Amino acid sequence: MEHIVIIGNGISGVTAARHIRKRSNKRITIISGESDYFFSRTALMYVYMGHMKFEHTQPYENWFWEKNKLELIHGFVNTIDTETKTLHFETGDILNYDKLIIATGSKPNKFGWPGQDLNGVLGMYHKQDLENLEELTSNNKICKRAVIVGGGLIGVELAEMLHSRNIPVTFLVRESSFWNTILPNSDSEMITRHIKNNDIDIRLSSNLKSINSDDKGFVKSVTIEETGEEILCDLVGLTAGVSPNINFIKSSNIEFNKGILVNKYLESNIPDIYAIGDCAEQREPIGHRKSVEAVWYTGRMMGEVVAQTICGKKITYNPGHWFNSAKFFDIEYQTYGWVFSKPKENHAHFHWRHEDNTKCITIEYNSITKEFIGINTFGIRMRHDIFNKWLDEKQDIDYVIHNLKEANFDPEFYRRFENDILTTYNSLAQKS
Amino acid sequence: MDQKLEESMSLVKPEVSDLTWVQKISVLIGITGLFILVLALFNYQFPYKKLVLFTSLGAITLGTVLFSNNLYLNKSKGIKNNGVWFKSISSRGVLGWITGIVLTLFYIILYFFPTFLGQGINGNANTGLIALFDPLSIFLNGNQASQWFVYGALYTLGILIFGYKFILKYRHNRYQQLRTGSVMFFQLSFAFLIPELMSKLNSDTFSLPYYDLKSIWPLNYNNFEKYRIDEFISAGNIGLTLLFFGVISIFIITPILTYKYGKRWYCSWVCGCGALAETVGDSFRQLSDKRQVAWTIERWVIHSVLVFVILMTTAVIYSYLGNDTSKYWVTKEVFLALVGGFLSIIFVLTMIFKRKELGKDALYGSIGYFIIVISLILFHFINTRTSLFLFKPETLRTTYGFIIGSMFSGVIGTGFYPIFGNRVWCRFGCPMAAILGFQQRLFSKFRITTNGGQCISCGNCSTYCEMGIDVRSYAQKGENIVRSSCVGCGICSAVCPRGVLKLENVNVKGRINVQGVLLGDDIDLIDLSKR
Repeated sequence: MEHIVIIGNGISGVTAARHIRKRSNKRITIISGESDYFFSRTALMYVYMGHMKFEHTQPYENWFWEKNKLELIHGFVNTIDTETKTLHFETGDILNYDKLIIATGSKPNKFGWPGQDLNGVLGMYHKQDLENLEELTSNNKICKRAVIVGGGLIGVELAEMLHSRNIPVTFLVRESSFWNTILPNSDSEMITRHIKNNDIDIRLSSNLKSINSDDKGFVKSVTIEETGEEILCDLVGLTAGVSPNINFIKSSNIEFNKGILVNKYLESNIPDIYAIGDCAEQREPIGHRKSVEAVWYTGRMMGEVVAQTICGKKITYNPGHWFNSAKFFDIEYQTYGWVFSKPKENHAHFHWRHEDNTKCITIEYNSITKEFIGINTFGIRMRHDIFNKWLDEKQDIDYVIHNLKEANFDPEFYRRFENDILTTYNSLAQKS
Repeated sequence: MDQKLEESMSLVKPEVSDLTWVQKISVLIGITGLFILVLALFNYQFPYKKLVLFTSLGAITLGTVLFSNNLYLNKSKGIKNNGVWFKSISSRGVLGWITGIVLTLFYIILYFFPTFLGQGINGNANTGLIALFDPLSIFLNGNQASQWFVYGALYTLGILIFGYKFILKYRHNRYQQLRTGSVMFFQLSFAFLIPELMSKLNSDTFSLPYYDLKSIWPLNYNNFEKYRIDEFISAGNIGLTLLFFGVISIFIITPILTYKYGKRWYCSWVCGCGALAETVGDSFRQLSDKRQVAWTIERWVIHSVLVFVILMTTAVIYSYLGNDTSKYWVTKEVFLALVGGFLSIIFVLTMIFKRKELGKDALYGSIGYFIIVISLILFHFINTRTSLFLFKPETLRTTYGFIIGSMFSGVIGTGFYPIFGNRVWCRFGCPMAAILGFQQRLFSKFRITTNGGQCISCGNCSTYCEMGIDVRSYAQKGENIVRSSCVGCGICSAVCPRGVLKLENVNVKGRINVQGVLLGDDIDLIDLSKR
């Protein structure tokens, strides 16, 4: 029986395992150094905030694995011998594979800041990060102030987490407005204001110069590059993005750049070795997508795809229209299609914002053909399948604005804003 | 499993569960109000009963209102679940257990030892707690209070004040506000004030049974008992209208509304049990059991209760019907034929049109139960024609009343809120929920729609589902949620951080959308399904 070994029990690896099991009787082994069972990484913040217990982050009950004949190994792989198809574990154990799927995810970025390895400095990615955070920040007497470095999605989540325990937070953001390399300025402004309204001391255009130690090797303060200001703190969260977690393959002959290089079938340069999820790097990026995509659903899709290939039906990884979502404190964000921080050439933005500053949409469209390119929606839920259809049909912005009601996904009885949006749209159209 | 994450994660108690000083004062006021009731319970003879009762209930109300205002109004609108699993009361901690035990003892006394509460028997005056409520009872219905009046008053008060808290908690969510306003209204008017005022109309010549119009058979399992039917009939047109309403409630109104809106129109917008669960019980919704084995137990238990209540009611009605139509419109035999015919039609239609949608155990269960019910009814025709079933109707009725009516819905269903969650009765026991759920699963427009591929499997939806539905297991597969037990509270949709879930009544077609691959991944689905 062919033995499929998957390194990593995150969404990518587990999806691959489930789909291989659905279509075959192959022997499947999943290896993880992080946790006994698959859990949802995105839910770690809710464990810290007391919304959930850790067990609630596990999508499958513990009997699921044995019932579906998915063998689990808790341990770290040190090296891969691709000649003999053997994995060597940290403990010295070895395991043979016929096909290997690498799905080891990411690790938080560190950019060589002085003091980045001190006690009290952590990223927010692994289960172990959560455990450390719990110890370091149980309450606001143990942690009197925290500094977060890096204004992305994990940064704002970490801010919300610490805020839930009434720990004062200083949030160092390199950009002039929160996440404005991704969001158009109008959207970014609204979110920046919302972060401030939640008592977060957000410092824009601020870089970290150094993390300073006390005499016991613990964090004492950080120094800001631009102003030289020193901020006393008991915790530093490094949330300046993530990069592929692939150190253990570097001694093998598997080709890598930022991540493990794969073709559109998710195959690496070595036969029978595949890479999926955050740790994979596409040799040829797809559309406007990045070559390394650290997104929940792309990991899941790659798992679905590689399972097909391994079960004898070779297909390409072909993610459809871009979409994503996030939540910034109380404001939900969804995006369908592409909205760039600055409109691309011949593109323009239509922006509508509600007066309460918690809801807005931005639509990117082609200013010549009027083709709808994408939408950012904040505080209003919208339907994925409708936008997917409109993008397939290459609808124009007029059509989208006039049919926006159809796409609304807010709970029943919510106030609706389509007419308001249409009025704004029409008045702008008249002006131009 | 890491022990630290498994239990209270913290080495030191997180700050978040501490009370502000306003909250502490609110608790003091509320507990003072409760303490007055406890004093009355121990038969302390208060002078000025009206004033004392008013002060007590007023203090409880004021305490809850001040507490809620301080808890929610100073914070931004949004989900307020911080610290739910750190707080003792909502995470089966010491406070949770104490509350559960006290509630359970209260229910046992209420159902089985009302004299402890001060219920006067054999025409004696009330004492203790029940006597304290005499002035209010006399004001509303002209009579002394009973244990049920006291219970009804406290129940209604609980729904109103915790309903207020719930509305503040979800002040960003109009679905939650409207549905809570609705249960508060139905409880105050239909369940409490109207029946009390109606009984004020009773005289020596005119008498209506105590009737909460929204309490529909089989939840209201006594509705077709002899003494009630006799009272309805003797009360002339008004009585007959009420009786007629009682019959069409379950056979016509319920099916139509459930087809259009799902069972939520009843369970989380109207029903009194649901009202208590959604307001007083809101802090305990995350305690429901999500394991698959709990779902299996749920299906067997709730449908067994349904079969039990049908048998019991049939037997009870049969027992007082005659062999001619002089007193009631139908004879014993006609009635049995009607019941048998009705059940057969439903069974046959379901098997013809919906067989494929039934799971294996549902199929076996429904066939098995159908055979049992019909053969018991046939027993009458082939046997001596004098008795029905193997048990005496009165034995069936009292057994049902004790096991289901008192123990299950009261003692376990509500007493155990802080241990098993707030919908134990609705999920495992309520026969009304079983009927509505059967219809919701097979003949309804209602579903919870999943928004394409946006789910991140975080599990907030499953955690906060009071019915123990593993919502995430559907959402992460991109499937709509169509489940018998879903009461449509809408909390899964509210707590979802990615806008994935929406409660909707749309076309029946495409309601259940099992698909291999989620939206966004452009695998050729037609090709895939051919394999």
